[in-house]
Amino acid sequence: MPPKSPPPEAPFESALQRRRRWKLLIAKQDAVPWTFQSTTLGLDSKFFTGLTGFATFLILALLAVILGNIIFNGLPGLTWRFITSGTEKDMFDVNKAGILPMILGTAARVILMTIFVIPIGVITAIYLTEYAHSTSLYTRVIRGAVNNLAGVPSIVFGLFGLGFFINYVGGSMDALFNPVNAEPVWGKPAILWASLTLAVMTLPVVIVATEESLRAIPPGLREASLALGATKLETILRIVLPQALPGILTGGILSVSRAAGEVAPILFTGAAYYMATLPTHLYDQFMDLSYHVFILSTQSPNIEKTRPILYATVLALLMLTFALNIVAILIRARMRKRMRTLH
Amino acid sequence: MSDTGFANLKFKTIVPEPPVEDPTKNTSLIVTENLRLFYGASQALKNISMSIRERMVTAFIGPSGCGKSTLLRCFNRMNDLIDHVRIEGGVKIGGQNIHGHDVDVIELRKRVGMVFQKSNPFPKSIYENIAYALRLHGMKEKADLDEAVEHSLRNAALWDEVKDRLHSSALGLSGGQQQRLCIARAIAIQPEIILMDEPASALDPLATGRVEDLILDLKKDFTIVIVTHNMQQAARISDYTAFFYIGELIEYDTTNKIFTNPANKQTEDYVTGRFG
Amino acid sequence: MAKQDKRSVGWMGLKRGHRARPLEWIVEKFIFMVSLSAIVMVFLIFLFVAREALPVALGQTNSSLVKKTIAPDQMEKLSRTELMEYLELTPKQFAQMDKETLKDLMLVKVEAAAEAPNDKDAPLNTTTWSMLFKPHQWTGYDQPEYIWQPISQIHKYNLVPLIIGSLKTTLIALLFAVPLALAAAIYVSQLADPKTKEWLKPAIELLAGIPSVVLGFFALLVMASVMQAVFGYQSRLNAFVAGIALALAVIPVVFSIAEDALTSVPRSFTQAALALGSSKWQAAWKIVLPAAIPGVFAAVVLGFGRAIGETMVVLMASGNASIVSGSLFDSTRSMTATIAAELAETVFGGHHYRILFLIGALLFIVTFLSNMVADIVIHRLKAKLEGKA
Repeated sequence: MPPKSPPPEAPFESALQRRRRWKLLIAKQDAVPWTFQSTTLGLDSKFFTGLTGFATFLILALLAVILGNIIFNGLPGLTWRFITSGTEKDMFDVNKAGILPMILGTAARVILMTIFVIPIGVITAIYLTEYAHSTSLYTRVIRGAVNNLAGVPSIVFGLFGLGFFINYVGGSMDALFNPVNAEPVWGKPAILWASLTLAVMTLPVVIVATEESLRAIPPGLREASLALGATKLETILRIVLPQALPGILTGGILSVSRAAGEVAPILFTGAAYYMATLPTHLYDQFMDLSYHVFILSTQSPNIEKTRPILYATVLALLMLTFALNIVAILIRARMRKRMRTLH
Repeated sequence: MSDTGFANLKFKTIVPEPPVEDPTKNTSLIVTENLRLFYGASQALKNISMSIRERMVTAFIGPSGCGKSTLLRCFNRMNDLIDHVRIEGGVKIGGQNIHGHDVDVIELRKRVGMVFQKSNPFPKSIYENIAYALRLHGMKEKADLDEAVEHSLRNAALWDEVKDRLHSSALGLSGGQQQRLCIARAIAIQPEIILMDEPASALDPLATGRVEDLILDLKKDFTIVIVTHNMQQAARISDYTAFFYIGELIEYDTTNKIFTNPANKQTEDYVTGRFG
Repeated sequence: MAKQDKRSVGWMGLKRGHRARPLEWIVEKFIFMVSLSAIVMVFLIFLFVAREALPVALGQTNSSLVKKTIAPDQMEKLSRTELMEYLELTPKQFAQMDKETLKDLMLVKVEAAAEAPNDKDAPLNTTTWSMLFKPHQWTGYDQPEYIWQPISQIHKYNLVPLIIGSLKTTLIALLFAVPLALAAAIYVSQLADPKTKEWLKPAIELLAGIPSVVLGFFALLVMASVMQAVFGYQSRLNAFVAGIALALAVIPVVFSIAEDALTSVPRSFTQAALALGSSKWQAAWKIVLPAAIPGVFAAVVLGFGRAIGETMVVLMASGNASIVSGSLFDSTRSMTATIAAELAETVFGGHHYRILFLIGALLFIVTFLSNMVADIVIHRLKAKLEGKA
């Protein structure tokens, strides 16, 4: 920009005069008396606020349509008998089908999963917040790995479960514990492998939620404990973790909700199309609620006839995952509020 | 005003005597009438009635939490952005009630500029930081923009330091330079009033000195209201000083009077450092 | 004591107290080891998916129907390993069989070779890289074509139709989801008043709580019919339906990351802009959005990763025909859906099985790269905003 300074002895120019010379748009700029009436300038603001607000509304409307459709069509079919009976006769028969084994199977696999994922996730989060330097390379790499894990397609987790847990781990266990010629016991799809696969998949959910709650604890609390002569471990166990409990709970609930609705990872690792009995061992297969939704939607001999049980099954699945989600959101909202007051 | 009589303050707008014989500077520009402000249930400002003169520097002093920043933010309605704030009573600028129904807060803020405690340049180039608001308010010609940018940077005593790197990031400037850039940005659109919320509190003494010089320089053009924690600073740069304590306006007079012969015991304790 | 002082600075970034406490030390090391699990898992996922796909990648598989055969009476001349390899048996299977069975197997091989189709395609190894990615003129076709027909007599393993299918649905999903999600993110983070924001954000995030199988179900049963009635296209299930349903899965991802990025821009920028007399929209559009643009970019990249990796929605709503076509209203088959639909029917360790794992490895690499890009971009944005906030 070429220097174009005003002459040093420029005559005095008031702000208002300069504003006029520069043609700055101020409402009724010639009226020296102060007026703050709005100009047309605010119009684009209103327009775009409306536009983005409409997009937000549209997303919510889509959500409402989906939920409304499922609730409206699913509620009549969701009878007590449907929830509490099995599928001995025919899973496509509107009057005889029930989803109890699926509910139990889904519950079993997510509970099993939390046993694996929560300790590992919480410990990782503790390392990231309490021990690691936030700038160190290890922290960066761990964080990168966690983000990556969250982005791996669920079907790839299914392949991983098959290739690693079933073929490799299960195959090795069979080779170790069983005579060579016997049928594979561990080297086949099973509830244990499905749960482990889901645990790997939901690890990031637990880590992120726990980390958030650990970070919400004011550093002063830790310092106070350390200043009293407590060791770092004692501080973590007695001061930090009790405070972080809601966050850990949120992480657990969110991971359960996420896992309960997943089908792709359990397709090859444990879910069964039909089983006459409930799983009793870790190496048994299981029927699953979300997989059942897939079966009913795509394998039904007569989709019009099976529509009521399909909708009812979807509603049951949705109630399970949504109830968990809403609980997690409420806990998190309370936690954030508390965090704001503490800081 | 006596020690015991400041209950009267609540009902009378304080208009201190002018320190200079300049009739153009004599008009009251900002007038508050029984201004009360509540954050939820707690009252942050109690019946503030005062009148601030045109093209003078008025300093607000007082211990932390006394409401001086809150009052300052009433003048350009930045308090609108905070939840659960309720304002009663009125603020008039140039005779117009700024909380009135037909008031466009954006028009208000174009004429009442603000400089914040922490310098907050946009993550853009130095030039763009200043040109942003100018473009927003209708300036389109490159030549006009160049002139206005240079003019404001010169006014903010920053031109010589940055003229060779106008298009590099503003975040690369030092703290003092950033704050002067924020002042330049605020004066670029030629507001009549500039509100300054502890503009020098985060700066080193050298940078503070430059900002103070700048304020004295800007006085001939702008009406300046400055909140400060620094007694010496208030004494050096302001024409009028108002002392606040727990949401009340305790004393408001010419700076000379406040610092040499305060009418109120609390004011005296505070300005002499025996307070808090 | 001097020795302990020296050791008081920890190993691998772990600091410990000045007095050595063995238990504390062990627990710290344990915590550190566990924290590596995420890295180990990412590594294992790639290792074990790639391991199954490796023979294809290295060109060690052969799907040719015409193979050199060995007469059963030559069995004695072969060594154990040669025989095992010839019959494509694992050591365990091999151990389970007696001589007679092995001989029978060899006989079957010879017979199969005799029955192999006699056209020019039969001897082709369809698992080479060039067959996987380049068009081939099959018998009965007028021109070279990309064909995925793994179950036909001659296994046609061209991946191009699947890649096109994945990209098609992903593109539609992003075109629909990104503008909506970004607009909502701007509205929620910058324009909505705080009270509305408090419930808007969790409400939109509820969308993420809908399992993808439910979205797939909804697309299959409701959306497909409604959209066919509206647009009047031919095949009820197609790339368009799948793309729109996929968008519902992508919206929460893009929204929450973009919203985070916009919110992480310091409030002081907005305040400064407002104090200069800009409207809320101008402050959001001209100041906040440019400052957060890397985060918005990352949101789109992660949305892409989510869309291309989504299985159930596409499996249920896309129609699953592996057609190469430019039309958005044709039925289409994605990479993910192919794995989900076909893996259960493959022979363990066979070429079809391995090619499905190869597709999985490709998906992993694509999402890994997009995650890494997003991770780096977000990290830089944070450093930029925090460094000068």
